[in-house]
Amino acid sequence: MSTSTINRRHFLKIGITAGGGLILGMEYLASCSPSGSNAPAAMQTLNAFIKIGTDGLVTIMAPNPEIGQGVKTSLPMIVAEELDVDWKNVIIEQAALDTDKYTRQVAGGSGSVRSSWDPFRQAGATGRQMLVNAAADKWKVDPNTCTTEAGMVHHKDSGKKISYGDLVEKAATMPVPKDVKLKDPKSFKIIGTRIGNYDTKAIITGKQKYGIDTKREGMLYATIIRPPAFGQTLESFNQDAARKYQGIKDVVSFDNKIAVLGRSTWEVMQAARSIKPVWKDDGTLESTADYKANFNKTLEQLPKESKRKDGNIKKGLAAGTKTFEATFECPFIPHNPMEPMNFFADVKADSVELYGPIQLPDKARNTIAEKFKIPKEKIKVGMTRMGGGFGRRLMTDFVEEAVAVSQLAKAPVNVIWKREDDMGGGFYRPMALYKYKAATDSNGKLIAWHHHSVGVTGNTAREDNFPAGAVPNLQVDTHEYKSPVTTGPWRAPIHNYIAFAEESFLDEIAHGVGKDPVAFRLELLEQAKAQPVGKMDYDPDRYAGVIKKVAQMANWGQPKPGVFQGISAHFSFQTYVAQVAEVSNVNGQWKINKIYCAVDCGTIINRSGAENQVEGAMIDGLGHAMFGELTLTKGKPDQTNYDRYRLIRMREAPPVEIAFIENNEKPTGLGEPALPPVAAAIGNAIFAATGHRLRSQPFMNSEAVFSVQKQQSEV
Amino acid sequence: MAVFNLTINNTDYKVDVDPQMPLLWVIRDFAGLTGTKFGCGIAQCGACTVHLNGDAVRSCSVPVSSIGQQKIVTIEGLSEKGDHPLQKAWEEVDVPQCGYCQAGQIMSAAAFLKDKPHPTDQEIDNLMSGNICRCGTYNRIKKAIHLAAQGGKS
Repeated sequence: MSTSTINRRHFLKIGITAGGGLILGMEYLASCSPSGSNAPAAMQTLNAFIKIGTDGLVTIMAPNPEIGQGVKTSLPMIVAEELDVDWKNVIIEQAALDTDKYTRQVAGGSGSVRSSWDPFRQAGATGRQMLVNAAADKWKVDPNTCTTEAGMVHHKDSGKKISYGDLVEKAATMPVPKDVKLKDPKSFKIIGTRIGNYDTKAIITGKQKYGIDTKREGMLYATIIRPPAFGQTLESFNQDAARKYQGIKDVVSFDNKIAVLGRSTWEVMQAARSIKPVWKDDGTLESTADYKANFNKTLEQLPKESKRKDGNIKKGLAAGTKTFEATFECPFIPHNPMEPMNFFADVKADSVELYGPIQLPDKARNTIAEKFKIPKEKIKVGMTRMGGGFGRRLMTDFVEEAVAVSQLAKAPVNVIWKREDDMGGGFYRPMALYKYKAATDSNGKLIAWHHHSVGVTGNTAREDNFPAGAVPNLQVDTHEYKSPVTTGPWRAPIHNYIAFAEESFLDEIAHGVGKDPVAFRLELLEQAKAQPVGKMDYDPDRYAGVIKKVAQMANWGQPKPGVFQGISAHFSFQTYVAQVAEVSNVNGQWKINKIYCAVDCGTIINRSGAENQVEGAMIDGLGHAMFGELTLTKGKPDQTNYDRYRLIRMREAPPVEIAFIENNEKPTGLGEPALPPVAAAIGNAIFAATGHRLRSQPFMNSEAVFSVQKQQSEV
Repeated sequence: MAVFNLTINNTDYKVDVDPQMPLLWVIRDFAGLTGTKFGCGIAQCGACTVHLNGDAVRSCSVPVSSIGQQKIVTIEGLSEKGDHPLQKAWEEVDVPQCGYCQAGQIMSAAAFLKDKPHPTDQEIDNLMSGNICRCGTYNRIKKAIHLAAQGGKS
């Protein structure tokens, strides 16, 4: 890629900070904005914000919420690269919600780097050009004869040099350049390197604050008693004992819930135990077995409309010389971030302050404004670093509760959820049932593929996923099952399970027609490239690229004696991932020895952070495939803490080997895409080893295969 | 309610609380040291790990009345300048993702490294499996523990 000139759609705001130095903000006009004038007031969105001190220190704002995906480090790296500063002189500040200044203050959809790549580069490059222009003006030379390096402007011919810090005051008076040159990726010094998480020092010394650590003058801690089963309502309760408990300041009730407020977290939790509410329901609460039976019944019929139809599925299935059928069960799973839900709210007569761990701060503000009839501009939202979220913090229920409690108690509050509240509190990865049918012709070519599914969610399919595009007759049918159990996005929504079903089924077909599972996938991708059918959102070459790469890494087809391999690949959030799992039998138990992973996510911003995301997603996907299941008895979750709900632990985490496809494509998502393929890689390896197909999660229930302990007896 | 005198990170604290209150909440809500985290409340996740006379304990399940004269050390007091060999190794390996569990991970590792200065992979697995990392940084944690055990040289 050569150095490109960007036709700017943004302009710069300049000002001198109180302490001296340049504030360089980049406003960015949405291309659809009707107000394309140059007037600052017309600019609605700001993508980046740079402050340069006269001491040469550069402060870069991190607008997006940090949930462990590393954007507080990686996004400023993009700005710093184009600004051409030394990373050790960069200070990063977390921005609060400010929709006038920033766009997309979101942690979700693996989208932060994807959406920030171009505007953040432009912000950095524009800043750099202003500093260059200031130096050139000072030296009376052509700016094009000046170069920059690590926070200094150089003039080669005269040997002059000057630091950004010494230039900022002048730079702030310079006209804003219209067109800026972006760096040639070959000259990147920061992008693509390994840079440690910006907050690590604070994290490992206990100084890092999370939402749960929020404490303010006059603040009360609060715990909330919610209906124990989905579908229940509050009939009555007696709060006398709770009010007498030490440290308790108030008890309030709203929306079928009871909140206990006091001076400390444990005291409110203890006092709440003394309240024995009477709950009622209409007698229709469902258990896990009911869902299973009802799902099966639902799939006896096709829906009125298909999500996708290519060719003719009936004819395709009938024409097959071999047909295949498989059913996959997907359980409810909770998100279980290590930091339980919590939120701070201070509702005053004329303003509301919200502060805490939230993936969608703007949605939180809008929801509160609407629900509590408070003007949006009176609501301030600050984001704390999050102790994980995995999609749970895309919801706003915990913010709404905090506001309700603060309003009723007339005090600033931090509502803290017990683990039991968090795990029992819903918004789960939806339970679902998938039925697949497929047919192959006499050459073992896949000619028909039918997806039929039902789940407690709007769409259980990703209808344009591979193998769509590669199959002449393909149909996708889904049903939504209505339930009082709340569901929501869980890391790589739908992908996290559908990849298991589809990649297991493809493996089954490959084995059924006597083809190598890697070769079978590559053939399909060739087919998709040569004769694409219908809508296709993936690039078959890049898809094949990761499969070939991982096959090479794992020495596919030639494992060591006693080792069995399984392959799986999936495309999500614009990123291609392929994995090979290796299993072997150790003392009568199947053990996962290692998982290889090849990723094509375009340009890597932070190599250390990227590897951490991929490895973490793989361990996460493996853990939930092995152990993750939340069951219900009459609407009530059976597992509400880690004694009964098993999460993967260190001794169960296998080594992983990760390789990135090196290219200069635009960066794509990375917080989620490495999770979906892992379950099928393991299932397919287990099939290679045992001839047994894993079709339901969690795998630990398949005792014939994994003789893992049902319960852990740890520590 | 009863009055307890505690020594946390060599500083004396006096609290007037229910004798059953777990040490975790005394540390967090009364001493104001929030580096020790709440994860499960039933000693299953290890996020609340602190040292009692040098041993790792799950502070969510230790009543304040059982502490007596024992010295409490939290993540804030593990080293004066954040330069304990494990803290340095954690930085070197770039372990954290969300970071919430990491104080507990470091406190667990710091306690067992005193008895086992050169642990094997399997020993680390066994000794660290009481600490959950939901982000899945286990391999990096293991690498950092080895690094610290080798005196910081990778």
